[in-house]
Amino acid sequence: MTTADTAIAKPAKLTSKQLPQATPWVVATASIVLAIVIGFVFFGGFNVPVVAVLAGLINMVAVFVLSASYEGRRKAVDRVATTVVTSTFVLACVPLISLLWLTASKGGAAISGDLLSRTMLGMKGVLDQQYVAGEATLAGGFYHAIVGTVLITLAACVISIPIGVLTAIYLVEYAGKNRLGRAITFLVDVMTGIPSIVAGLFAFALFSTVANVLMPASAGIAKTGFTAAVALSVLMVPIVVRNTEEILRLVPMDLREASYALGVPKWKTIMKIVLPTSVSGILSGVTIAIARVIGETAPIMVTAGFAKTLNWNLFSGWMSTLPTYIYDSQLRPVSPGAAALASSERAWAAALVLVLLVMVLNLLARIIAKVLAPKSGR
Amino acid sequence: MPTSTQITESGPTGPGSAPEAGPQPPASNPGGTRPKAVVRPGDRIFSAATLIAGILILLILAGVALFLLAQSKDTIAAQLSDPTQITGGRGFFSYVWPLVIGTLISAAIALVVATPFALGIALFTTHMAPRRLAPMLGYVIDLLAAIPSVVYGLWGIALAGNLTGFYLWLSKWFGWIPIFAPAADGSVSQTGRTLLTASLVLSIMILPIITSLTREIFLQTPRLQEEAALALGATRWEMIRMAVLPFGRSGIVSATMLGLGRALGETMAVAMILSPGVLTASLVVSGNQTIASEIAQNFPEAAGLRLSELITVGLVLFVITLLVNMGARAIVARTSVKGS
Repeated sequence: MTTADTAIAKPAKLTSKQLPQATPWVVATASIVLAIVIGFVFFGGFNVPVVAVLAGLINMVAVFVLSASYEGRRKAVDRVATTVVTSTFVLACVPLISLLWLTASKGGAAISGDLLSRTMLGMKGVLDQQYVAGEATLAGGFYHAIVGTVLITLAACVISIPIGVLTAIYLVEYAGKNRLGRAITFLVDVMTGIPSIVAGLFAFALFSTVANVLMPASAGIAKTGFTAAVALSVLMVPIVVRNTEEILRLVPMDLREASYALGVPKWKTIMKIVLPTSVSGILSGVTIAIARVIGETAPIMVTAGFAKTLNWNLFSGWMSTLPTYIYDSQLRPVSPGAAALASSERAWAAALVLVLLVMVLNLLARIIAKVLAPKSGR
Repeated sequence: MPTSTQITESGPTGPGSAPEAGPQPPASNPGGTRPKAVVRPGDRIFSAATLIAGILILLILAGVALFLLAQSKDTIAAQLSDPTQITGGRGFFSYVWPLVIGTLISAAIALVVATPFALGIALFTTHMAPRRLAPMLGYVIDLLAAIPSVVYGLWGIALAGNLTGFYLWLSKWFGWIPIFAPAADGSVSQTGRTLLTASLVLSIMILPIITSLTREIFLQTPRLQEEAALALGATRWEMIRMAVLPFGRSGIVSATMLGLGRALGETMAVAMILSPGVLTASLVVSGNQTIASEIAQNFPEAAGLRLSELITVGLVLFVITLLVNMGARAIVARTSVKGS
């Protein structure tokens, strides 16, 4: 209000007063220092969370008071809002950094070539006890889990990529605005929300029902790698459909019409014009989908069990994947008590491999999208 | 596939039929009816294949419900004939309701914690961060979404112990609120593996999905409205309150509901972090259990009726998340703000 009054009184001055640009940084630094001092005086020592909370509060009050007294209330509210919004982002980065750091340090300390090339075959609690006592190196490994992850994910891809891409083609090229198309779009959206464990239960229920009909008295036969792949497909199909559909809709209508005008049949237009134009987007979408399902734990543990040894056969016997291996090692260590540390270290090493795998896949998706993207004409 | 079909198909149909279809219709069409499009076998096969794929999706979703129901029949039979067979000895509903309540509580906490952060981050990346940094900051949040849930669980277990001091402090100062009440002897969980810890990890896990949905909606705010607000002298925050937030309101609601759906079904974080127990009001002592975690923790050892019970519990979870997601999508569809 006051700034408006002065502006009317003195029309020569059109700008209101403003704090120097560096003010927020200076205030922030000052509040951190002050918070550390208060932390020492009142809480007896340096405690990161306490200091962070204090610094945030002090900073907020200081910014508001300073700005309100110099720039006016509206500007002050704006500055406080900016501070709050920025700090939400900074705070959200804290768990991410903490998680990545913990994975890198704990996993990096434990990982070795032996862990990558051995399975849990012949694993005994005494081996872990020897390791914790410092008498032996870390035994066991997760080669079988890596193999399982690759096989199950590949099988899931084989099932879900054709279904997903064809459905997307149907939605974009054939359905138009008909009722079936709308129903599929809606249900795909709903499918993205299916809890992963329910997808696992579905695959298990499907195969045990089928197994019951085909050969009664065959308990446990439903738990195979293939069942897990079906469970993952249920999660993967909607992602593939959504991503592919989005990309196909970006293909310019002109290209299709030019092709039709030359007398090219519709299916060949799709195969030769639409798909090649959008192949980079489809591939990167598929890679994102793989990255999403490769880290799934719950559906695997209810469908493929926990294997301790190598199993190359998708259609019989239990299989292990990296996520289920991590879960199993952490919660059901080979040796209880102090030697459970060894299992935990194996779990962290596997977590490091898994996180790296997911990151590489995500990176790959971005590279594919960039490299294979169609050259724009102009 | 493309090369082989080209060789076999383009010979007869491509050059052969196209010229015929071109000049003939005007001559052979004196009545003025529209020329019929030539339908080639390749077209028929291809459109049929895509149609089948689409219908398969409908079947899968129906199959999820059907097969879960088929495997639940033992539980239903037991419930009807002799409810004492069900775990807990008092029938299916008294077994499942504490799980439902526990699931709802953990999802609600996760949502309450995650939503303000998600809105803040979405605003930051769309309206406040330096233009050149903004896409990179978006990647950082996407990275949170990429990390597998089991790694979150591992991380949560490693850090849960650090929260005991905080919980002790909470129960000391806010113990009069039932959810922060300490146990009868004044203690809180020694390991920190409580429902509150699990819910906090859950909130980090649903943060990216809410963020990315709201970010997309904020980006769609009409540029002219934003600029008009700024031109009238609004500060940036006033512009956000006047132009961005009202425009994105329905989108925010539906993004939150989709986050709720994710939180309800998230399994591993809870299954690994929580040391389960009976339903208690307090969140700082161990106890409580969620549906997904109950299934994950008991399924590997389950057999017979117990197996069927867990599948039935899964069916309950499926129905709950289905309703939440359908509600969210209906809101999106009604307001026709393109999201997701």
